[in-house]
Amino acid sequence: MSDMTNTNEDILLAVENLSISFGGLKAVDNFNVKIKRGELYGLIGPNGAGKTTVFNLLTGVYKPDTGAIILDGKPITGKKTTEINHEGIARTFQNIRLFTNLSVLDNVKTALDERYRYGLLDSIFRTPKFRRMEKELDERALSILSVFELEDEAELKASQLPYGKQRKLEIARALATEPKLILLDEPAAGMNPQETKELMDTIALIRREFSVTILLIEHDMKLVSGICERLTVLNFGQILREGETRAVLNDPEVIKAYLGD
Amino acid sequence: MKLKYKQKSLRYSLLTYAMVLAFYIICEIMLMTGNMSSLMKGMLVPLCYYSILAVSLNLVVGISGELSLGHAGFMCIGAFTGAIFAMTGGASLPGWAELGIAIVLGAVVSGVFGFLIGIPVLRLRGDYLAIVTLAFGEIIKNVINVVYLGVDSRGWHFSLKDSLSLGLEPDGQTIIKGAQGITRLPRNATFTLGIVMLILALFIILNLINSRYGRAIMAVRDNRIAAESIGISASRYKMLAFVTASAIAGVAGVLYSHNLSTLQSSSSNFGYNQSIMMLVFVVLGGIGNIRGSIIAAVILTILPEKLRFLDDYRMLIYAVVLIAMMLFNSAPSAIAFRERIAASLRRSAGKEAADE
Amino acid sequence: MSSFISFLINGISLGSVYAIIALGYTMVYGIAKMLNFAHGDIIMVGGYVVFVATSMYGLPGWLAIICSIVVCTVLGMTIERIAYKPLRGASSLSVLITAIGVSYFLQNAALIIFGADTKSFNSVVNLPSIKLMGGKIVISDETLVTILTCVLVMVLLTTFINKTKTGQAMLAVSADKGAATLMGINVNRTIAITFAIGSGLAAIAGVLLCSSYPVLSSTTGSMPGIKAFTAAVFGGIGSIPGAMIGGILLGIIENLSKAYISSQLSDPIVFGILIILLLFKPSGLMGKQIQEKV
Repeated sequence: MSDMTNTNEDILLAVENLSISFGGLKAVDNFNVKIKRGELYGLIGPNGAGKTTVFNLLTGVYKPDTGAIILDGKPITGKKTTEINHEGIARTFQNIRLFTNLSVLDNVKTALDERYRYGLLDSIFRTPKFRRMEKELDERALSILSVFELEDEAELKASQLPYGKQRKLEIARALATEPKLILLDEPAAGMNPQETKELMDTIALIRREFSVTILLIEHDMKLVSGICERLTVLNFGQILREGETRAVLNDPEVIKAYLGD
Repeated sequence: MKLKYKQKSLRYSLLTYAMVLAFYIICEIMLMTGNMSSLMKGMLVPLCYYSILAVSLNLVVGISGELSLGHAGFMCIGAFTGAIFAMTGGASLPGWAELGIAIVLGAVVSGVFGFLIGIPVLRLRGDYLAIVTLAFGEIIKNVINVVYLGVDSRGWHFSLKDSLSLGLEPDGQTIIKGAQGITRLPRNATFTLGIVMLILALFIILNLINSRYGRAIMAVRDNRIAAESIGISASRYKMLAFVTASAIAGVAGVLYSHNLSTLQSSSSNFGYNQSIMMLVFVVLGGIGNIRGSIIAAVILTILPEKLRFLDDYRMLIYAVVLIAMMLFNSAPSAIAFRERIAASLRRSAGKEAADE
Repeated sequence: MSSFISFLINGISLGSVYAIIALGYTMVYGIAKMLNFAHGDIIMVGGYVVFVATSMYGLPGWLAIICSIVVCTVLGMTIERIAYKPLRGASSLSVLITAIGVSYFLQNAALIIFGADTKSFNSVVNLPSIKLMGGKIVISDETLVTILTCVLVMVLLTTFINKTKTGQAMLAVSADKGAATLMGINVNRTIAITFAIGSGLAAIAGVLLCSSYPVLSSTTGSMPGIKAFTAAVFGGIGSIPGAMIGGILLGIIENLSKAYISSQLSDPIVFGILIILLLFKPSGLMGKQIQEKV
């Protein structure tokens, strides 16, 4: 714990005493975490431990009962999902949530909306500004898609993509909002070992290309141990262990929580 | 890499405008050569405003994905706004100026109501939204039906009781007479104006859909939570679609009231059954398919008239056709059946190609 | 004071009719997740059957009512089988439009068979009316029978749902269709039974409505249908006690606003109260708040 109190550290996300209950059940109880800028941090735990609830609290889908969330020195507790994204948090979802009837390209372009703005009248009268902005949007979206090797599928409907590519598109869309922190909710769920390996490469790549901090929920232990620097283990809504990945994964308590008694 | 979507959307838009223009030209030729029945002549303006209503409702139902059952209410607001202007400020203006200002006023007033109604309505989801829009439509129609409005040298007078309680000066004029509505309207809407308004409505809606606004509206429709997670404000974009559609429905209302000599706020004009009829246009024309809405509106408006020889049976047949088409288009087993047929046709076509 | 009580009792009576219709709406919605726009027109059919049975064949009232219930039940099941069952799994909008088609069909079929002129309906209830407070308040026999019928329907329906296997199956299907299938419940049969019960109730509502408001035309059922739909949403659509409370409240509000405010503004007031209620309780009085799972 001593390294966390060090004020010289560049902390991007600080969460303090975060709690929420649903109908008397404490889904997340006194959750704390400090994530350094540029870090790849893992959040693991058995089913129903409250991992996704933490994500929903961080992104404003749920309002916490108590606690504070500070992003880059700025409190964001209680803000709306939209505002939190503008502050710099983007996410993916455990059950993929794409804009299924939009093209792959438009999925990313929608995420660029904040950065390439033009007015309603520009849209209706197709002004030069509209054309210029749309051109820039296309270029930017394609360049993001090319990082994920999705540029050839740019004009397909998102729902036509195979599963693995849908996961990639969801990450691409989140990154297009240029977040400081991206939350990945079980990105390897439903993938075979080959796809999982590719995904690990992709995550390493986006960390370099987009210089983004990553908080990752994962079940796949191999993925976690392969890429995460530090971990928090949740169990029944409470923190079981936190610290360096290897130390945490070898902790008997953690092993017990995962394998059961 | 070369993107094709722009040509595709441009082709769609141009084809839609061309279709409307072709329809206009054919009708004009028929009019000039005297080949059009008086029944059909009377339907030209209605075809325009029904098409405008259908495309604007499609913006809400198809593009924004919200089931609205109160579209006739906005048409009603536009109709009365336009008619009140025609009877007052517009009475001394030349026809074209009166119509132009009436259309702008109708759009603005209807749009403002769309905004006010949208605040509570768009917080609701699905079927709750449907019943509340229906409720608003009925409220608008019923309230206007009991309104008495007059104007004299002292200004506007308003009552919910009768014309006497307006307390007008002798020179005053009663404009809305409760259930009797507004009488002696100029009746100066033309087919050409209707077509111009339809093309204008199409221009606004198609360009809106193919812009960042349209993308955001559809993103919210497809997945509200994901849209919010990337910074798209769901309520703002839903509201944009709702207000735009309301304003355009208001324009249709202005056309409607300028095509009649007496305007009444009755169930047969602006009741929920009218809203439902517009929804039928949208669904049969294809959800989100703007061009389809026009085609459906035109066919389904002409069809019952052409079936007049069937007398009482025509609406019964209309109902049966409606049910049959829904079953054919949407039933999972019918879709599977169509796909099987299509696949076997493709196979046999492929075989022939291979045989040659 | 005595006039207020009369208005109130008449409101409860009208509300009882709405409640019986709303029960059908809410049960069908709960189980098939569809807005059955044609439900109101079943009421009209129920009214016409009684009209034909009593005025043309001279059957006694009770027999006419049984005929009406049987015809409507069969009709409801037939409609479900032909028009709605093939659309299971299709978008809710397609089902809604189909229901609208069915509604047009029933109205226009009635128009062809019975003509456009309204029929005057002879009340099937012929009991002495009750006088209270020395004759200041007169409760008509129709009013009394309507209210009693509504209570009876509510008790029977609640017992049926809680005590019988079919009733439990209905609850299961409405909670989770997929899970119900896995538990070995015949979902199609359960939905068909729900339509049968809803339509039977609509027939009863039709008889009561036409006895109290004795005119009958092809569109008799549509406005009460919409009102009952409003009542179901008011009480929380899918909830049976909700439909009951919603219906009765709606009837009271409508009758009191007719009496004290304006007969022409009673509908806007009813709809306005619905809108205000939904702003504060978006799932109605007794509906369950459904949070989307993220």
